[in-house]
Amino acid sequence: MADIRLEGVSHSYDGGRTWALKPMTWTWRSNRAYALLGPSGCGKTTLLNIISGLISPTTGRIWLGDREVTSVPTAGRNIAQVFQFPVLYEQMSVYDNLAFPLRNRGYPRAEVDRRVRTVSQLLGLDGHLGRRSRRLDPGRQQIVCLGRGLVRPDVAAVLLDEPLTVIDPALKWTLRSKLKEIHRDTGHTLVYVTHDQTEALTFADEVVVLKDGEIVQAGEPTELFLAPAHEFVGHFIGSPGMNVVPAEITGGVVRVGGAVVGRAAGDGGDLPPGPVRIGVRPEFVRIVPGRDAPGWGGPETDTAGRDAPGWDGPGRDAGARAAPGLQARITGVDRMGSYHLVHARVDGHTLVSKTGPGSRHEPGAVAFFRFDPGRAFLFRDEVRCGSLAPLGGSLEQPLEGPLEGARGRSPEGRQGA
Amino acid sequence: MTGKGAEELAPAGATVAGGQVAGEILTGDVLAGAAREAPGEQDASRADSRTKNNRAWFLVLPVVVSVAFTAVIPLMTVVNFSVQDIFSPTDRIFVGLDWFRSVTRDPEIRAALLRTLLFSAQVLLLEIPLGVALAVSMPRRGAGVSVALVLVALPLLIPWNVVGTIWQIFARGDIGLGGWTINNVLGVNFNYTLDSTDAWITVLLMDVWHWTPLVALLAYAGLRSIPEPYFQAAQIDGASAWATFRHIQLPRLRGVLTIAILLRFMDSFMIYTEPFVVTGGGPGNATSFLSILLSKIAVGQFDLGPAGAFSLLYFLIVQIVSYVFFTVLTRTGR
Ligand SMILES: Nc1ncnc2c1ncn2[C@@H]1O[C@H](COP(=O)(O)OP(=O)(O)OP(=O)(O)O)[C@@H](O)[C@H]1O
Ligand SMILES: [Mg+2]
Repeated sequence: MADIRLEGVSHSYDGGRTWALKPMTWTWRSNRAYALLGPSGCGKTTLLNIISGLISPTTGRIWLGDREVTSVPTAGRNIAQVFQFPVLYEQMSVYDNLAFPLRNRGYPRAEVDRRVRTVSQLLGLDGHLGRRSRRLDPGRQQIVCLGRGLVRPDVAAVLLDEPLTVIDPALKWTLRSKLKEIHRDTGHTLVYVTHDQTEALTFADEVVVLKDGEIVQAGEPTELFLAPAHEFVGHFIGSPGMNVVPAEITGGVVRVGGAVVGRAAGDGGDLPPGPVRIGVRPEFVRIVPGRDAPGWGGPETDTAGRDAPGWDGPGRDAGARAAPGLQARITGVDRMGSYHLVHARVDGHTLVSKTGPGSRHEPGAVAFFRFDPGRAFLFRDEVRCGSLAPLGGSLEQPLEGPLEGARGRSPEGRQGA
Repeated sequence: MTGKGAEELAPAGATVAGGQVAGEILTGDVLAGAAREAPGEQDASRADSRTKNNRAWFLVLPVVVSVAFTAVIPLMTVVNFSVQDIFSPTDRIFVGLDWFRSVTRDPEIRAALLRTLLFSAQVLLLEIPLGVALAVSMPRRGAGVSVALVLVALPLLIPWNVVGTIWQIFARGDIGLGGWTINNVLGVNFNYTLDSTDAWITVLLMDVWHWTPLVALLAYAGLRSIPEPYFQAAQIDGASAWATFRHIQLPRLRGVLTIAILLRFMDSFMIYTEPFVVTGGGPGNATSFLSILLSKIAVGQFDLGPAGAFSLLYFLIVQIVSYVFFTVLTRTGR
């Protein structure tokens, strides 16, 4: 097994006018399962095809371990690829389909037979070996395609381009866990393209988010959820996506429409004053009844203490005391069963808070919305530049609590962006 | 249909035969489909016990009428001729199947039938593989596509009798480029007006030159419809160019090749204009195909009775062979 290293790899389909893939340097480490996530047309397929050699990159070099393969044709790289729709040799039997890659490479008959039977057993195709592949249902056909990739002994990486699109949801789960199992047993490097964040987050050791031909963030699923490095990651992962509220930095303090929400803590030193966007997940937006806040004694006093019990990390109170929060009018509440989504308008922008199913917020009421410290980030040009710190306290304290909660919550609910 | 020009020039019997073949395949298919669905439909109507309104059948009337005028009525004229001995418009005798008997026993007609079958077989054996090979080697994308398409389609744009004239001159030993080259450069004695093999080869080459492009274009359209991932999968699986052709391209050409084989069989089996222009059926009877013989009997000798019987049998053979091809090609490999 070997790492796959891309060095300044880029691709343009039209001679340099537009770039399907912008120059990127990136290593796919061996034995890991990657999910490649991104919107339609962001270059996922292009990236896979470059790795497998189906297209050659406009610039850059590709290394398989310490062997440079930039100009090596597909057949010469030991990479298997499965496409979005089942691609079968339709008039052949399942057995012949599985044997095809081995026969093309001149393996002896006995070896072919042994390997085909091993793979068919692994994938549960034993009962179908003699059937015409065309007669199988799409799910099984896709399994046969996967089998054609796994049957080769030398495969370093398996690239899967949205392989489960054609398969119905019930079978998807079985297939996905089978895929995980196989990955654990065989240790291939796996790159799995998907539109579906649930699929990505449950499947992968590491999620790579691609947008407009660029990798905007890569990391473990929780990392992407808790600390998005790009506004797009915040929108794309999590359901509902991250709130974005335009704000202004003046004198190291972040204000939304005049109200101070916290201190600007730059990722690399102090942030210059100017407009900025606050990104915060609905999971980390707390609703505080009006009474708690200084100078406010509005009609919301009766909701005190009825906020979701299980949803509050230990950091909540510390943050609550430090920052007064944003005053906002609640515009609607979606009851989603296991949680509620409270929508509000602040300074002309919508803000969503995910609360426990017990919360009783009514549309039209005014409340204070407060962001968990360390969970609200500042973005400039869509890229993260810092985070929102409590006015008085330090940034360090409250990481564990919300992290636990987030781990449990992230995969549920809406799919896609 | 591509055979229009030939049909216009060919005698009445052949015209009827040509028009009817296409119609028959289509209606045959539709009827077969209706027959298959019928049992299910009956079950359904019994289940909901609604009265059926059969007036929708009137919608089929225009088709029935137009088919009657384009096919059935002309065909009945030929049937009429084939069972009578006509001396003048007022003087005719009913002879039953006599003409059919004499036509099937006529050695000249039998020889022409064998000759035509052999010609069609050779045409198919040459044009189908050649057309597929041409299609496979045509570029799939880029500026070359339009150039290749225009070049390949060129022979198809030339009218039948002009093709005949071109080849009649091209193959001449004295002034034709092709004939002259064979005689004087290759040193082979070639004269299609005297040698029956040379005449046969000339007519066959002419047909291959004229019609292989049709097969190539059909096959090319079929190849273009294969999604890119199939070729990518073949690359991933390390398939050679031959394996790619054998296991991806060829299986997906079945549909268009069925059509190509049917078209080329019907056209070549009814070939008339080109050999008529080039060799006039000679030397001797060497290139006297069924249609040429038929026109000789019908127009040259004005023997309407035998010509009618001949036409009907001709038409029957084209239908049967087309049906067999169609069935075999669509049933195998299911
Ligand atoms: N063969 C091609 N010729 C020209 N442009 C192409 C070609 N293939 C893809 N593109 C363009 O390159 C960009 C990236 O395409 P790509 O297929 O890699 O996207 P993707 O992320 O796989 O999208 P999807 O999720 O829809 O499959 C798109 O803008 C697309 O239009
Ligand atoms: Mg794609």
